[in-house]
Amino acid sequence: MAEAIETAKVSSHLHPEGSFDVDAHVVPTGREEIWRFTPLKRLRGLHADAALDGTTVGAEFDAPEGVVVERIAADSERRGSSGFVPRDRIAVRAWHGAATAYAVTVPKETVLDQPVVIDLTGTSVEGASATHVVVTAEAHSKATVVFRYAGSATLADLAEFVVGDGAQLTVVNIDDWADDAVRAGTRHAQVGRDAEFRHVDVTFGGDVVRHDTTAEYAGPGGSVEMLGLYFADEGQHIEHRLFVDHTAPHTKSHVVYKGALQGEGAHTVWVGNVLIRKVAEGIETYEENRNLVLTDGCQADSVPNLEIETGEIEGAGHASATGRFDDEQLFYLRSRGVAEDEARRLVVHGFFNDLIRKINVPQIEEKLVATVEAELAKNVLKGLD
Amino acid sequence: MSTLEIKDLHVSVDTEDGAKEILKGVTLTIKGGETHAIMGPNGSGKSTLAYSIAGHPKYTVTAGTVTLDGEDVLAMSVDERARAGLFLAMQYPVEVPGVSVANFLRTAKTAIDGEAPKLRTWVKDVNTALEQLDLDASFSQRSVNEGFSGGEKKRHEIAQLELLDPTFAVLDETDSGLDIDALKTVSEGVNRFRAKEDRGVLLITHYTRILRYIQPDFVHVFVAGRIAEEGGPELAEQLEAEGYDKYTKVRA
Ligand SMILES: Nc1ncnc2c1ncn2[C@@H]1O[C@H](COP(=O)(O)OP(=O)(O)O)[C@@H](O)[C@H]1O
Ligand SMILES: [Mg+2]
Repeated sequence: MAEAIETAKVSSHLHPEGSFDVDAHVVPTGREEIWRFTPLKRLRGLHADAALDGTTVGAEFDAPEGVVVERIAADSERRGSSGFVPRDRIAVRAWHGAATAYAVTVPKETVLDQPVVIDLTGTSVEGASATHVVVTAEAHSKATVVFRYAGSATLADLAEFVVGDGAQLTVVNIDDWADDAVRAGTRHAQVGRDAEFRHVDVTFGGDVVRHDTTAEYAGPGGSVEMLGLYFADEGQHIEHRLFVDHTAPHTKSHVVYKGALQGEGAHTVWVGNVLIRKVAEGIETYEENRNLVLTDGCQADSVPNLEIETGEIEGAGHASATGRFDDEQLFYLRSRGVAEDEARRLVVHGFFNDLIRKINVPQIEEKLVATVEAELAKNVLKGLD
Repeated sequence: MSTLEIKDLHVSVDTEDGAKEILKGVTLTIKGGETHAIMGPNGSGKSTLAYSIAGHPKYTVTAGTVTLDGEDVLAMSVDERARAGLFLAMQYPVEVPGVSVANFLRTAKTAIDGEAPKLRTWVKDVNTALEQLDLDASFSQRSVNEGFSGGEKKRHEIAQLELLDPTFAVLDETDSGLDIDALKTVSEGVNRFRAKEDRGVLLITHYTRILRYIQPDFVHVFVAGRIAEEGGPELAEQLEAEGYDKYTKVRA
């Protein structure tokens, strides 16, 4: 697989000013840096002026004892408590349009042994909707929250994560949409002193799924791990934009996203931005994106950006690689009698395996392996010439 | 008795300046029960011969035949060749990230046999094979060849040879880069394979050292894409004493 380690490129787009004023965010034309990869025409107006009053996405919460789930008012001060400020038009519209907002709170020092599961299920693409969920893991708590998205929908949603001092929060997001769903998700995490935030993005379904995920630190010693696994089929657009803002010293970030693409018009985008501010001395950061192109007619865009404002860092690196099936790997497996389709399957499983192991949420691991298997059955085996 | 027959094999590779012929007419017959050593200097085309027998897509056969018990090997796909009874221990085994040795071995065995191995005996067989090659039991949970030392890769190849149990094995410089202990371990594995009924070995090597542990029946000196001389084990001793100079000089 071709390896392209880019040298650090300073980008001025890493920290655009946010605003709660809708009019401060003009309707994008598609030429803007943050929109240049997105098929705006397929967003059903989410980025423009489509009303967000749809009621076709239902939310169900399954929370273990000790967790508090509440409906919160539009003007609740819980909203925005992560320091979130909308940085694009979809996000600001979702902020004002969210008909329902929820707060999930894991109280101080509470340690959960079962995940909180939030199911968001759409029943129609008609009538765009917006939702907002604020998850707070109070100081020294430990929790896993799983968001599962399924069905048909046109959705702009916000999620905030407030990770208290010394808390450990793992969030798993699974986009298992029907083929016609459009979702633009905006997430923001604020990571407390010595806290650990893990965010896992698993993206399979949908017509267009675009995610904007950002993290900042409220104190020193915090760590962020962002893992992603995506699988784009024919005609599907999956986009992940990440921004880790090292706003405090001795913080860490580790980002690994892996994707596979198959079928005509499958398009994935990964933009990984890391900003190391002047105050952020002694930080460590690493980001990586790998794409495996399984058939002709796919496109994987991968853009790592590292902007460094201080010289005092422990370590910073990034890697990005997009490749086809490795012929040598296939040859090796086949020389042991393994038929070509099975060899391809093994290679793809292998590609995702270490990532799946790293996710380390047993409740979803089996489902993930099964989903990868189902995706492979669709096309990889058909892709043989 | 099984027979692997290579006749007048010509093979070329694509280069920037067009096709380049590497094998220039190789003829060689290996029968079950025989071990043939192929010895030759670097770049003489030994690996090309090994890969061509296995069917690597990089190499184009432009003339000649390869048959296994009369069946046209060149018409078979890579995996068909393996299932027909051919095995290649590679000079540079390939890393397959994320695929465990255990999974790999089980998948390969299932493919070769056409059915999944019996679980209980299989686990035992794998453990025995690994143990005999001085590979720790934890080895089966590692990704195929990933992060293996050079010696571990070679020992892993021979463990596969024993577990998959082909009819003909081509060993491409399995001895290169091994220390003396590993060399003995690997040789013992090859000798266990040879001791079975009707198995043939094509042992490709650059050095005579391994021939002290694996006695060949025939030695072929390979130079510039051809067999330059053939003989019995005594030819290896002669090479040990005189090196390849005589053959390469003749060419020049
Ligand atoms: N893909 C290739 N492109 C160009 N030359 C090649 C290629 N593969 C092999 N060769 C050349 O073919 C010759 C034989 O190589 P090889 O079979 O690896 O030799 P050996 O195994 O005996 O060292 C060498 O000169 C090598 O440079
Ligand atoms: Mg060689």
